[in-house]
Amino acid sequence: MTSLFSRRSQRVLPGFGLCMGFTLLYLGLIVLMPLSAAFIKTAALSWQEFGAAVSSPRVLASLQLTFGASLLAAAINGLAGLLLAWVLVRYRFPGRQLLDALIDLPFALPTAVAGIALTTLYAPNGWLGEPLSRFDIKPAFHPSGIVLALIFIGLPFVVRTVQPVLEEFERELEEAAACLGATRLQIFWRVILPTLLPALLTGFAMAFARAVGEYGSVVFIAGNIPMKTEVTALLIITRLEQYDYSGATALAVVMLLISLVMLLGINLLQAWTDRRAGRAEVAR
Amino acid sequence: MSIEVRNLRKRFGDFTALDDVSLRFDQGELVALLGPSGCGKTTLLRIIAGLSRADSGDVLFDGNDASTRQPGDRQVGFVFQHYALFRHMSVFDNIAFGLQVKPRAQRPSKAEISRRVHALLQLVQLDWLADRFPSQLSGGQRQRIALARALAVEPRVLLLDEPFGALDAQVRKELRRWLRRLHDELQVTSIFVTHDQEEALEVSDRIVLMHQGQVMQQGTPQAVYQNPVSPFVYGFLGNVNRFDGVADRGRLHLGQATYRTADEASNAASNFIDAPEHAAVRDTPASAYVRPHELEIERYAHGRPGIAARLSRAWLSGGAARLELQQDEQPGLIEAELPLARFQALQLRQGEMLLLRPQQAHIFLHPMAPAQQLEK
Repeated sequence: MTSLFSRRSQRVLPGFGLCMGFTLLYLGLIVLMPLSAAFIKTAALSWQEFGAAVSSPRVLASLQLTFGASLLAAAINGLAGLLLAWVLVRYRFPGRQLLDALIDLPFALPTAVAGIALTTLYAPNGWLGEPLSRFDIKPAFHPSGIVLALIFIGLPFVVRTVQPVLEEFERELEEAAACLGATRLQIFWRVILPTLLPALLTGFAMAFARAVGEYGSVVFIAGNIPMKTEVTALLIITRLEQYDYSGATALAVVMLLISLVMLLGINLLQAWTDRRAGRAEVAR
Repeated sequence: MSIEVRNLRKRFGDFTALDDVSLRFDQGELVALLGPSGCGKTTLLRIIAGLSRADSGDVLFDGNDASTRQPGDRQVGFVFQHYALFRHMSVFDNIAFGLQVKPRAQRPSKAEISRRVHALLQLVQLDWLADRFPSQLSGGQRQRIALARALAVEPRVLLLDEPFGALDAQVRKELRRWLRRLHDELQVTSIFVTHDQEEALEVSDRIVLMHQGQVMQQGTPQAVYQNPVSPFVYGFLGNVNRFDGVADRGRLHLGQATYRTADEASNAASNFIDAPEHAAVRDTPASAYVRPHELEIERYAHGRPGIAARLSRAWLSGGAARLELQQDEQPGLIEAELPLARFQALQLRQGEMLLLRPQQAHIFLHPMAPAQQLEK
C-alpha cells in the first residue's frame, strides 16, 4: 500500500504537487465555495429556527416527493437506458446514427422548453393527456408528471455510460456461456449484466443527482400544489421570493446532505462492483 | 462421439471461408486443423460448435444431423484463444458455471458441484487457485481454467480455437505436452485449430491442412510431412527450398550458369536434379522442393555435378549447423542443414563456393501447380 500522498514512486510524468494543488484550488473555487456559502448563510439561524425551517409538513412532503420521484426516474432511466444502449450497440439499422444523436437532445434543450413541451403534451387537452385522461391517467399537475420530466432530462446519462462498456464487451464471453448450456436469459443475467453493472450504477447516480436538483422542466408540469406536487427546488425559490434567504439555504443544506449521503452510498456500491470487474482489466 | 461435416460452404460477403469441405473425425481422435490465417479453419470449428451457421452443408454428430441444434445442446466444449473467462467470477464459479446454469431438475447439488469443480481443478493441476479471479492468473493458468470450465459439462467433443496462440513459447510447449497427456487420459474427441505447424506435428493424431477454404491434405503428421501433395503443403509444413527449372526426360534442368571462384576465372556448370518419376515429360517448366537437411554439401570442384552456391552465413542450432547460401546472379537464399560433425570436418569459410546435391526432391510440374501457390 502507498501512503496517502505518495510521491516516492517514480512516474514518467512529473508534477504531482502542481496538479494536486490546482485540483484542490479548482474544486474549492467551483464547488466548495458556493456550497459553503449556503452553509454559512444557514448558520445565521439558530437550531430551533433551522429545525422549524426544514421540518414543516410542507417541506417534508417536498423532500419526499423530490427524492422519491428522482429515485424512481433514475431507476426507470436505468432500465430504459440499458435497453437503448443495447439497441444502439448491438443492432445495425438505417437511422441508427440519427437515433444515437437524438439521445443527447435532452441535454441541449433548455429545461424550461422541455417542461412547457411536456406540459402541453400531457395537459388534459394535450395530444397525449387527452386520450390518457379517458383512462383516468392525468400526468400533468400530478407526481407522475414530475417523474416524466425527470426521466426526460436524465435519459442520456445511463445510455452514454453503458454504451462504451457494451461496445467493448467480448462476444466470446456470450459464446462461451452458450456452449456451456446457458439460456439466453442466463447469459444476460449472469454474464452480461454483471459486466455492465458499474457503468449502469454510474449512469444511475448521475441521472439521480441531476433529477434531485432539477427545477426548470418540473415546475411547469408539476402544477406546484403545496403538499402534493411541490418539489424542494421550487420551495427554495418560493422562499427566496419572500426574501427568506436563510430559510432557502437551510433547505438547500438539507438537500445537499441527503444527496451527499445517497451519492456516497452509490459510489461505495460502485467501487465494490468496479473492483470485481476492474480486476480483469489490469491483466488483459 | 464422431463428427462428420458434409459439403460445408460459408461466405462472408465476397470472402469464401469454406468451399465445399467434407471431413470425418472419429471417436477419441485428436485432430489438428492447420492452415494460414484466413484459411477457414476457425470458421469450420465454429460451425461444428454451432456458434456459426454454414450457408449450406450438414454437420453430423454420431451420424445424426446436428446442423440446427443450439450450441448448448451439442455437448461440445469450446476453448477460446483469449480464454473468455468470466471476469466477475472466481475461478471456482467459472468452472461451476456450466453446472449451475442447468435446469433445476438436472442440476447437481451444491456439494456435488463443489466436488466436481475441485476434481477438475486437480485435473488441470490448479487446485489452489479456486478463489482467485481470472485477472490474477497467468495466461497459461487461465487457459487451463478455461479448459476445466469446458470439461465441467462433460462434453463429448472438445473444440479448441488456437488454444495456445496467446501464450509465450515456453508455456506453449509445456501446455502442448499437457494437452496431449490430458487427451490420452480422457479420450474425448478433440479438434484444435492452429497455424503453428510444429504444434500440429507434435500434438495431433491427424492433421487436416486447409488453404483458402479447402482441405489440401489430411493424414498422420508423418505422412503429411513426408509426402506433401502440393507445393503449398510443402511450403507450409517446415522449411523448404525451391529450385525452378525445366523437366525433360527424367531430369530437372536448372540451367547453365557461370560462376566465379577464387582460383578459376570462370567455368560453366550444368546443374540438374534427377526426376525419374517424370521420365515421360518433355520440356515442361517445373519446380523442385528440397528440405534443408536433404541437401548434401561439399566444396566446389570443377566438373563435379551439383548446384553451385556461395556460403553467406552459417550458425549452430542444436546438434546441427544451419547454412544460408546464395547462388550467383540469382535472387533468394538457399537454406541447408548439416550434422555438426560434418560441418566441423568441412571447415567451411564464409564466401566459399560450395556444391549442393539434393538427396531427395519433390518435383511439381507447373501447369498443375503454379508457382504462385507457394505462400510461405
